[in-house]
Amino acid sequence: MLSIENLVCRIGDRTIVDDISISFQPGRLHVIVGPNGSGKSTFLKAFSGEWTPAAGHVTYDGVGLSKFDRIDLARRRAVMTQLPELHFPLSVDEIVMMGRYPHFSFRPSARDRDVCRHVKRLLSIDELGERDYLTLSGGERQRVQFARALAQVWETPHDGARYLFLDEPVSSLDIHYQHQFLRLARSLVKENIVLIAVLHDLNLSLQYADRMVFMKHGRVVAEGARDIVTAELVHRVFDVEARLLADPEGGRPVIVFA
Amino acid sequence: MKRIPFHIYYLVFGLLLLLSLIVSARVGAVSIGYDHIIVFLRHALTGTPGSSIEEQLFLQIRLPRVLLCALTGASLSVAGALMQALFRNPIVEPGLVGTSSGAALGAAFVFVMGKSLSGAWVDALGPFLLPLAAFVGGGLATWLVYRLSNVFGKVNVNTLLLAGIAVNALAAGGTGFFSYIARDPQARSIVFWHLGTLSGADWTNTGIVAFSTIVGIGLSLRYSRALNALLLGETEAAYLGVNTRQLKTRILLLNTFLVAVATSVVGVISFVGLIVPHILRLLKSSDNRWLIIGSALLGAILLNIADMLARVIVAPSEFPIGVITAFAGAPVFLFLLIRAGRQQQKGGFYA
Repeated sequence: MLSIENLVCRIGDRTIVDDISISFQPGRLHVIVGPNGSGKSTFLKAFSGEWTPAAGHVTYDGVGLSKFDRIDLARRRAVMTQLPELHFPLSVDEIVMMGRYPHFSFRPSARDRDVCRHVKRLLSIDELGERDYLTLSGGERQRVQFARALAQVWETPHDGARYLFLDEPVSSLDIHYQHQFLRLARSLVKENIVLIAVLHDLNLSLQYADRMVFMKHGRVVAEGARDIVTAELVHRVFDVEARLLADPEGGRPVIVFA
Repeated sequence: MKRIPFHIYYLVFGLLLLLSLIVSARVGAVSIGYDHIIVFLRHALTGTPGSSIEEQLFLQIRLPRVLLCALTGASLSVAGALMQALFRNPIVEPGLVGTSSGAALGAAFVFVMGKSLSGAWVDALGPFLLPLAAFVGGGLATWLVYRLSNVFGKVNVNTLLLAGIAVNALAAGGTGFFSYIARDPQARSIVFWHLGTLSGADWTNTGIVAFSTIVGIGLSLRYSRALNALLLGETEAAYLGVNTRQLKTRILLLNTFLVAVATSVVGVISFVGLIVPHILRLLKSSDNRWLIIGSALLGAILLNIADMLARVIVAPSEFPIGVITAFAGAPVFLFLLIRAGRQQQKGGFYA
């Protein structure tokens, strides 16, 4: 379990994350939503160990984040960022294998190669192995990066859960790939994995999240299952007039913006 | 070609290196027959040196020169591969980011002012004073260019090129100044510092460069995985467990070590560090382990060929080797720039 207590992040004297206390359990897809500048990305960086907070505590399975050494942390926590820029030709195989870097010191073991083969099949990119990453489409690149993150935390450590954080994973994808990606992410939800995604799209979040966390001005405004979402909440967080409709087939709520 | 396994390439490069060393040892102002070379080498290995002038020339001048050339080529190329990974940009090389010219300035300072420097520490350093001064000069120049061009973890190529020009001009001006005020006719000329020459090779300086090359490349290999991760970006590398701040400092120091020691002996030889990793990337991959091992071998081969040309074209005189590397390297550099301009919208140099 990921526990966050009184987390504060500052840039200069500007407070980006303002005293957040929350916990994330394994076995559910948690989605953080909020307008631009609400502090979502900084919050993610802080609880994934990339940003040193000004105050507060982050613990993974009861152990303080700063207690982990870099490699130990990298073996249990992977982060998929918005598509990284590459300036050199690298094959898909080489990029996926990078996810195994925390697991071997000089040459990949047979196990490392097995894991890579497995995640590539899972994400249907096993055909792309030799292809140059720079020649791939946005959707393919996204799956390659996801494969890398998955390969990194493929095994559950003996003393805790696995942590997989996705920072706006679908913002550069078309509708087809957005749904394909989130369905895949959902299918990963298991007992031993803490899965958190930062998303922009409210309807996508409503469709796939087990739990939604609304952020504004560096604070958590509301959190809970999708039934907490109301027109009033959307207006309060995003400052947009909205109506909630029920999908005629299935009754799932859909947000329509006025 | 991309499917040929790494070890086949290493084998071919190794054989080519051996071949280039032998051919290069043969040609020059005095050409030495292969049968003689074998005899001389056997003498040297068994400790029964002959006394012919040809043998002295081979063992004391030709052989150290050929080895120094190979070592320098390896050092400069590996340093180029390191810098390209650090800056995440294929147009970077030690000559461009100021390492070479900064090192030359440090070395020129010792050459010209060395006699007026005195004290226990100068005596204690002995033959290491020169490479040390080169290291300090090269390190400062590289650090300055890196700091100026790296804004918020992203390298701005325009600033990089401009900062490189400014720092190179400053260092070249300093080197020119020292060459000008040098009264000692033994002091090295401006031509030496700007275009490089291997004619000063002897067993002492070849030994020093051998040390820096072997240690430098050995250490570089330890960072090849971390450098690969860095290709994805600093944040991504950190998520993979890489201590990026420490890595950057160490790579800058390693680059300076490799380049400065070689430069203090042979002067500034540009473009080797640019071309060699570029060829390797086109041949096979951008994996830094391959780039480092491959650069060491291919850099040694190519600089050997360049030096051979330098000695043969105007024999019995010789050309500054930097002229040849510039003629070969500058077009590659221009090609990369044109390509960079075209690829800017697409987001990758090699896309």
